Amino acid sequence: MATFHFDLVSPEKLAFSGEVDQVDVPGIEGDFGVLAGHAPVVAVIRPGILTIITGTTRQKVIVLGGLAEVSESGLTVLADVATSVEELDRAAFSSQIEEMEEKLKNGEPGHELDREIERLDHFKSIQTQLNSTAMH
Amino acid sequence: MASLKDMRVRIASTKATQKITKAMQMVAASKLRRAQSAAEAARPYAEKMDAVISNIASAAAGSPGGSPLLVGTGKNQVHLLLVCTGERGLSGAFNSAIVRLARERAYALMNQGKDVKFFCVGRKGYEQLRRTFEKQIIGNVELRSVRQLGFVNAEDIAKKVLALFAAGEFDVCTLFYSRFQSVISQVPTAQQVIPLEIPAPATAAAAKTSYEYEPEEDEILSGLLPRNLAVQIFRALLENNASFYGAQMTAMDNATRNAGEMIRKQTLIYNRTRQAMITKELIEIISGAEAV
Repeated sequence: MATFHFDLVSPEKLAFSGEVDQVDVPGIEGDFGVLAGHAPVVAVIRPGILTIITGTTRQKVIVLGGLAEVSESGLTVLADVATSVEELDRAAFSSQIEEMEEKLKNGEPGHELDREIERLDHFKSIQTQLNSTAMH
Repeated sequence: MASLKDMRVRIASTKATQKITKAMQMVAASKLRRAQSAAEAARPYAEKMDAVISNIASAAAGSPGGSPLLVGTGKNQVHLLLVCTGERGLSGAFNSAIVRLARERAYALMNQGKDVKFFCVGRKGYEQLRRTFEKQIIGNVELRSVRQLGFVNAEDIAKKVLALFAAGEFDVCTLFYSRFQSVISQVPTAQQVIPLEIPAPATAAAAKTSYEYEPEEDEILSGLLPRNLAVQIFRALLENNASFYGAQMTAMDNATRNAGEMIRKQTLIYNRTRQAMITKELIEIISGAEAV
């Protein structure tokens, strides 16, 4: 199977760089898989779980928003925050969710609040996915 | 003339100073390594960001109603100088070099009849600029309590700057920081961040790539441009941090060497004086014995 080059960068570090078979990216308008030879695309990503598939290994990375760019040279994901599932501090993550909920209670209705609620929903769906994989 | 005891005290205190500067040099060296790797780790992101933005911006160029972050406010009257300096001194000319560059730019702009405002990041720059431009400083951020520079710090600053921009406080924003070239060379740099200067695409082929956009270009761009400001500030802060430790290491190395030189000179004078006294005492004893 053809491979392509994939870079996952966050402002603080280069989180992943190498040849991969497939990457599933959580796009803001829906998840999409990228294989070798994908058409050039620039997509905004939502907070979610990004899956890197190389051969038979699957690596899951949590990305909290950012941008994905597919070009001839491969896929580049500019993530605001990138943490691998193993490294994630679950307690800190759930307390972050609680904090966001707390903030939303006093929010002024409007466009800003809608965006925050949407973001919170993404966070919660990450959490459910994490917990469900933990049970398997 | 100072007594022998005074001299001993002075030598001891110089030695103590030397120990401190030596320790500071070693601390700076180890922190420099970390700061340098942090600055290097942030580079790929910033470079990719530049590439993506210039791609999208060149595709979106020409369309009316572009974001003011990209095309400017149409005016060039009020300039904001965003000056990033260190929180601490004892680092040679590090802070003053950045401030000097900003000050020169400010005078040049004022001579052209422009209005200049300042936004300071870091205590040292604020203290130096306050003396001459007290009334023009519209913002000040201190990172004194920050142990590990994170992206959130840069985001906070970017938010404040963007709020000022949205309120129409300025038309052009220039970022001042010290670029880390090597341990012995840090270059004070000015970089215009609002409106963003798009470097021409490196190759014609790169410019031709037609992307699909999800969602629309303008929507991506409007989210990306404020983010890019934060990235640029973050990069400046990291470069600054590495430069600071580089400068401090060099300064402390010099200080240690100077202290060594001073100790050598003081010890020489001390020994001479001591021998002179011994000789004097001997002469007194001998001439006393001869007199008997």
